[in-house]
Amino acid sequence: MKPLKRSPASRRKTPARAKGASQSKNPWRQRLSAWQAHHSDCAIESLLRLLRTPLQSALTWLVVAIATALPATLYVALLNIESLGYHWQDSNQISVFIKPAAKHEAIQKWATHLRARADISTVVYVSPEQALSEFQTYSGLGAVLDDLSENPLPPVLLVQPSDNADAEALEGLLIELTEHGLSDEARLDMMWVKRLAQLVELASRGVFFLAALLALGLLLVVGNTIRLAVENRRDEILVVKLVGGTDAYVRRPFLYTGLWYGLGGGLIALLLLALGLAWLEAPVASLAELYQSQFSLKSLSLTHSLQLVLTAGLIGLAGAWLAVGRHLAHIAPR
Amino acid sequence: MIRFQNVTKRYATGQEALSRVDLHIERGEMVFLTGHSGAGKSTMMKLIMLMERPSNGRIEIGGRDTDSIKRSSIAHYRRDIGVVFQNHQLLLDRSVFENVALPLRVAGYHSADIGRRVRAALDKVGLLHKERVNPVTLSGGEQQRVGIARAVVNKPALVLADEPTGNLDPALSAEIMTLFRQFNELGVTLMVATHDIDLIERMNKRVLQLAEGRVIAGATPL
Repeated sequence: MKPLKRSPASRRKTPARAKGASQSKNPWRQRLSAWQAHHSDCAIESLLRLLRTPLQSALTWLVVAIATALPATLYVALLNIESLGYHWQDSNQISVFIKPAAKHEAIQKWATHLRARADISTVVYVSPEQALSEFQTYSGLGAVLDDLSENPLPPVLLVQPSDNADAEALEGLLIELTEHGLSDEARLDMMWVKRLAQLVELASRGVFFLAALLALGLLLVVGNTIRLAVENRRDEILVVKLVGGTDAYVRRPFLYTGLWYGLGGGLIALLLLALGLAWLEAPVASLAELYQSQFSLKSLSLTHSLQLVLTAGLIGLAGAWLAVGRHLAHIAPR
Repeated sequence: MIRFQNVTKRYATGQEALSRVDLHIERGEMVFLTGHSGAGKSTMMKLIMLMERPSNGRIEIGGRDTDSIKRSSIAHYRRDIGVVFQNHQLLLDRSVFENVALPLRVAGYHSADIGRRVRAALDKVGLLHKERVNPVTLSGGEQQRVGIARAVVNKPALVLADEPTGNLDPALSAEIMTLFRQFNELGVTLMVATHDIDLIERMNKRVLQLAEGRVIAGATPL
């Protein structure tokens, strides 16, 4: 609005005016730093404002945290189930139980023959004596087994198919091993691993859907909270608009509030998740020990944790944006 | 500074608040706007502030056709106009200083600059010693002076005052008017809407009289 710009006559208004004249040009560099200052002021001010009503803010934070922690927990659970599946998938070995009557030499010959095949990587022979002593060591039934008059365990060949064997090849190999003259039975525990993988796939879609629903819920929760905040500061918004505050200026503190709700909730969600995992860790460890497994609970990686908190923050921001956009337009000076 | 040409404002209710108004206020003038309530004083102020747009006609402020000002530019446009309200519209959750500083913060001034300008404005209205207090603790007259400091802190060329003495006793009203006159003497164009006939007569300034949406006296400079 050029014609309204300070006329030389009005410039004499106060002593401060002469000093202020250089400022009134407000070069872009100064504007930029004022803009940055307003951003950091808004960020700090809106956080302090939240902390001034601790109970109310804590409730919102908890709601955000729970809505964030729920899909995150399910995701971590899936992560663990999946890794459990991989543990077994890696050992997709076939146990071939040999007929008790089979001769030792015949078994060795067959084993050598099998080792030479391209679709088999290793073959380990476990004699009945070896099997019994292993069983005694790990089953805790040592004393009882001592009383057995004869070894009930058959000799076993542990056949590890080569890595590139697909499901079909494995089935073929399994049938071949079962039908061999020396073999009593051959077992492959792949089927349920495959089913597990399918279930995990299905469940992860479910988690994704749930996460999307909860994200929508979060958007509404934060949006509604911000709407109330906008209502509460109606007078201030009116005055700011009348003295020339842009929409962006008015919006800014509310956007930061939304961001804080999201980030805070995300952090609390991480905390909840860590607490839950810590609570489960001891029982899982003892269970794993029982199964002689190296398995331990997996948590969210650092990157995933950051992503979780950031996503919650962005959802908070988006919720605030929607609410402020809708309600600011209704608050116009009259 | 202000020029209305054939301005009509009709509200959605069908009520015609201003009818074919022509007026001209020159730069540096001090003008009183009078008339019964409902005569169109507030509508005129709102049109100047771009809180409302005319249904018809043309409004020029500072030589600029307001019709050309887009919605997104209204905020910047308002920074060059100071407004004083009857109920002063101070924010009670912050100090006097922060209230006066608001237009400067909004306009992106540097904090050092803000401090200097706010103190200069508070000094002018005689409330420099109250900069830290909350406006709630001030008297009505003092609150209005804070409102005036806020209106002039950005050194606008035009100041609008809507019933600035409406809630004040005659002595305080006179005090407020003296302040306005001082600003006017420094070159600020002032438009003061008021009912207070005694006050107007004593001030000896141009009076723009409105009745039923029409200007019935004082449409052009004396």
